Formats: sequence, C-alpha cells, structure tokens
Amino acid sequence: MTATAELKARTGTRGRAYLSLFKALGRGWIRDRSQIFFTILLPLMFMVLLASVFGSGDTAASRVVAVGDAAVLDGADPDELTVTRVADLDAALAMLREGDADAAVLQDGDTVRIYPSATNSTGGAIAEGRLTSLVDDVNVEVLSAAAPGEPVLATEVEEADGGTLQPIQYLAPGILAWGVAISGVFGAAGTIVDWKRDKLLRRLRLTPASVKTFLGAKVSVNLVVAIGQTAVFLAVAALGFGLRLSAWTWFAVPLVLLGTFAFLAIGVVIGGIAQTSPAAAGLSNLVTMPMAFVSGAFYPLALSPQWVQWISYASPMRYLNEALQSVVVYGEPPTAVLPQIGFLAAFAALVALVSWKTFKFDEL
Amino acid sequence: MDAAIEVADLRKTYRGRRTGEVRAVDGVSFRVERGEFFGILGPNGAGKTTTLEIVEGLRRPDSGEVRLLGRSPWPHSPDLTRRLGVQLQASAFFEFLTAREQIETFAELYGASKTRAAEMLETVGLAEHANVRCEKLSGGQQQRLSIACALVGDPELVFLDEPTAALDPQARRNLWDLMRGINADGRTVVLTTHYMEEAEALCDRVAIMDAGKIKAVDSPAGFIRTLDAPTRVTVASGQLTDARVKELAAGETVTGDDGTVVFETRDPRRLLTALASEGALEGLAVRTANLEDVFLHVTGREWRG
Ligand SMILES: Nc1ncnc2c1ncn2[C@@H]1O[C@H](COP(=O)(O)OP(=O)(O)OP(=O)(O)O)[C@@H](O)[C@H]1O
Ligand SMILES: [Mg+2]
Repeated sequence: MTATAELKARTGTRGRAYLSLFKALGRGWIRDRSQIFFTILLPLMFMVLLASVFGSGDTAASRVVAVGDAAVLDGADPDELTVTRVADLDAALAMLREGDADAAVLQDGDTVRIYPSATNSTGGAIAEGRLTSLVDDVNVEVLSAAAPGEPVLATEVEEADGGTLQPIQYLAPGILAWGVAISGVFGAAGTIVDWKRDKLLRRLRLTPASVKTFLGAKVSVNLVVAIGQTAVFLAVAALGFGLRLSAWTWFAVPLVLLGTFAFLAIGVVIGGIAQTSPAAAGLSNLVTMPMAFVSGAFYPLALSPQWVQWISYASPMRYLNEALQSVVVYGEPPTAVLPQIGFLAAFAALVALVSWKTFKFDEL
Repeated sequence: MDAAIEVADLRKTYRGRRTGEVRAVDGVSFRVERGEFFGILGPNGAGKTTTLEIVEGLRRPDSGEVRLLGRSPWPHSPDLTRRLGVQLQASAFFEFLTAREQIETFAELYGASKTRAAEMLETVGLAEHANVRCEKLSGGQQQRLSIACALVGDPELVFLDEPTAALDPQARRNLWDLMRGINADGRTVVLTTHYMEEAEALCDRVAIMDAGKIKAVDSPAGFIRTLDAPTRVTVASGQLTDARVKELAAGETVTGDDGTVVFETRDPRRLLTALASEGALEGLAVRTANLEDVFLHVTGREWRG
C-alpha cells in the first residue's frame, strides 16, 4: 500500500468510528428526557416567566385609591391612573396592604398626600411618579392662567434604542446565552462524572477508536444540540413573543458555537473536581447562577450596581449575551461584535488549557 | 513466535489520602502462551483487576515490564487494540442505547459487520432482548452483553474479568461452553475468577494470587498432584462395626462424628470396592483434593470465596 492510500484508509476508519460514536451519543442524548428539559424547556420557561414579569407592570394603569374628594384626580388620564374612592384613610391603607392598590391619595386643601404601596414597591413607585407629574400638570395650568404669555417648558417622550424595545428584545438574547451556558456546563460536568462512574471511556480506550475521536464525537453532539437549542428558542421567541429578528440573526450560530466551547471547558474543569452527579450539578449551579446575574442575562446590565458591571467583564456569558443582542436584536453586522468574539475565544482557549492541564485522566 | 503476554515484576501502589498506601500489585511476573487458557484465581482485593488493567494498558505500573502480543500496550495503538477483546469487571455501556445498538456500535468501532453483531447477541443468548435498553437488562444479561462486545471484533487475545460473577448456574455453564469454544478457535483467553471449579473446568494454567503477589502457577491437575492430598470418602455411620472401619482404613486416618465416618485414603479404588462389596454405600461422598485445598496449601489461608 502506498503512503497516501494508507493515510486514506486510516482517515476512512477514523471517519467511520467518528460517525458511529456520534450516532450512539446523539441517540443517547435524544432519549434522555432530563437533557431535553434542561436545554430546551427550561430556557423557554424562563422566557415566559420573565416576559410576563417585565412585560406587564410598567404599561398597565396604576391603581389609585382616593380618600374622600381628592379633586386633583379629576383630570387624571384613565390610561395611567384608575381611581377608586373610599371614605377614610384606614380603608385605603388596608387596600394597600392587601395589594389591591398601588397608592392612596388624600387631598387636604392645597396639600396632596401620596401613600405609595410598600407591599408592591415597584407599582408604588410608578404610581407615585404618575401622581407627582399629574400634580405638576395641574400647577402649570394654574400658573399659566395667572401669568398668561409666560413660556413654560414641555417634555415629550420618544422611544429610544432604535424604536420600541419591548422587554422580549433584551430578554431573549440574555436567556438564550444563559440556556447555552447551562447546557454546556451541566452537560460536560455531568458527562465526565458519568464516565468516572461507568468507565465507558476506559472501555473505549481499548477499542481501535482513539480517545480523541470519541471526545470529538461528544463535543460535536453538544455543538449540534446548541444549534438546535438556539433555533427552537429564537423561533418560539419570534412567533410566540413577538421578538423581531434582524437579517443578521444567522450569525447567532457561530456565536453560540463559540460560547458552547467556552462553557464546555468550564464544565470539564467542574467534572474533574466533582466525584458524584449531585456534586457536579451543585458546582455547575454555583458557577452558572451568579454568572447569569452578573452578565445581564435576566435584566439589563446597565441597571445593575457598578461592582456587578465590573465583575461582568470576566464572564463569558456577558460577551455572548452582548454579541447575540447586537446581531439578533439590533441587526449589527458581525464586525461590530469582534471584541466579544475575541474575548469568548480567548476565554475558551484559556479554560480549555486549564482543564487539559488539571484533568486526571487516570480517574476515567 | 512471541508469547501472547509477558509480564515481568509489575508493581503498583495506590496512594489514597484516607486509605494510605495499598500495594495492589507487588512484584508480579508471568507468561501466557498463544492459544492458552490462563486463569488468575484469588479472593477479593487480591489485585487481579489491577494486574489485568496494567496488562491491557489501562493503568501505568509504578515499575515492571509488559509485552502484549510482542509489543508494549502503552501508548495505545489501534493496530494492537484491534486484536484485543476486553470485558471489564464493571460493565460499561453507552447510556440509553438498546442491546443491539450497543453491540452494533462496538462492531463498527472494530470494523465488524452488523451480521457479526447479531450473531454475537445470539451466541450469548440475548437475541430476544435485542431491543431492551442496556440499563433495563439484568445484571447477568449486562455481563453477557459486555462479553459479546468483547468478542464482536474477532480478537486474538481475550481478557475476561470475572465474567461469570453475576450469572445464575445455568448461564454460568452456558458461558463456560462459550469460553471453551473461544479458546478452541485458537484464541488466547485470560480469565480472572473467584470460582475454584471454574478455574479447574476451563484453564490450562492457573495463577494463584493473594495480597498482590502470585503465589504459584501451574495446571489445575499439576497443582493437585503436587499437593498430594488424600481422597476423603464419607459414608453414613452405623453400616460398619468399629472393628471393620479400622480394618478398611488399613492404617490410614479415619475421622467422623455422630452420623458419618470419613476415611482419608491414598488408594480410593481399593476402599470404594471394599465398601461396595459390604453394601455400605449409604450417604457416600467422595471428595478429591481441589484448588480450594491448593489455595490453603499455597497461601496458608482458608479459601473464603
Ligand atoms: N482505584 C483504586 N484506588 C485505590 N485503591 C484501589 C483502587 N483499585 C483497587 N484498589 C485497591 O487495590 C487492591 C486490589 O484491588 P483489585 O481491584 O485489583 O482486586 P481484585 O483482585 O480484582 O478484587 P475483586 O475480586 O474484588 O475484583 C484492593 O485492596 C483495592 O482496595
Ligand atoms: Mg477485580
């Protein structure tokens, strides 16, 4: 046999081994219900939950309970404030405690007393803001009547961030990044602990297929899963929740693949440390939960305290989230997310190196 | 031609934080010829699995030399592993696959056909369970599947680590036949076992291992010959007068309790003929020396299985 023919035969054998391992591992993945739950259903559940938490609230009218007359409320815009009236303050405060109202209002001559809800502090704050601006409007009217011709400042609110930024537009990339992270970290850590227990890798080391081929097949399954996960997630977000996909959305695929490498590497480090499945799951949680919170996965990073923003620079999830948001939601071209790509690649390489150096192959 | 296996002075010490040092393999040497059926017999923790794993190339020894089919098992090369069939003590399967998918995957890795995979399932008696998920197979069925996976690549050299451990007596006999067949085809077989009768029934040569050391290597018959132990013949008491018992014993040892008389004789043929002619065969039991006695003799310890 000539050298090239031999090389060809060898690659042929390796290719066949790769395919059969890919098939075996892929089948196993599809039949494992818990995997489907973690990678597909859990992120979708989070999207439903968060979209309903952030989606309502700030658009609905505030529920205000007026004590007695409260004439200032006569001019209220019913889209912003729905007014109910009760006879005395105690009844109004009781309603606040029960969560039946966002604020109580008591007008005593020229003083308008506002009691924002402490039970629902967000609703209370919104109601307080609206009531204050209502009082300001009434004052402006009174002053303009007293001094006609005197100019007053007016405000107009425009939608920023390139148009209507519904909560789903910033939630979807974050939750997707988180979903990719948990399936990567949990997947790799769980698999390695399984291998320690069931010795499959030891058995495979004694077949003609090389360990590299096997690991390659395993990583391939994870990459295919990540693509499937992304496709399902974006489709549901677009069709069910009105996420508007940009023309660059396809670029989410390479981003998610790169992110998956980084998260698999983290999972390998965890799998090397943990000895049992519960330990692997616990450690994975310990890494992915805080990471989600410092990476703006569930709410915009800009709303987080400064120290959280500083920590976020070390988190791969932050960069995946940002990059996905840029290309999928804002429709920016891939060149705009080169820094994020660079960081993700560097992070993946670094952690992969660490996991390679610290991994005790003897345990498998 | 090279031997199938040559092992010289293997040593392996496990160091655990809590367990301290365990000398699992402590200066082991042996040689297995091609076509031989070689057994390693020893109690739990003797170091059988560790020895096998070092020979297979799964573990690195602290020191010592291994030649497998004339070459080093480390680093792994596909040219060598293709010629090996391995059944590990703990069955290792792809999760969520059926028995058929399992063995077909292994067949593909060894470049064997689907037909061969189906044949092997048939051979180990799992054809009806082909569509059952591995984790739903019983312990013994898993063991048989794992043996089928070891044989699917048509190996020259087969390692079986306690293959009959979880099997019922019927399945154990069937597997013995299977293993004899594998060996009769010209394959070299290395087997570890706890069962004396298994080693006696199957092996050309047996290594007796205890506490990390090989105490002796010989054929089962050779061991028993060197042991030169008397045959124990037991009959129910009350059939012979004390005087007659003494006469029959002809100067050899006689023991016994309420219900039995036990002769220890070097000439069982004479004794049995005499007993038969007296019609004193009630409760007859004849026990020749076996590997159990050999183990006691070689290690100075009672066999606990
Ligand atoms: N991975 C390991 N780490 C530490 N100690 C080990 C390890 N594997 C085995 N040992 C110890 O080494 C000794 C030999 O174990 P080994 O598994 O080789 O015995 P064995 O003869 O195969 O026993 P069995 O009949 O129970 O299978 C035992 O004392 C065991 O506790
Ligand atoms: Mg063992």
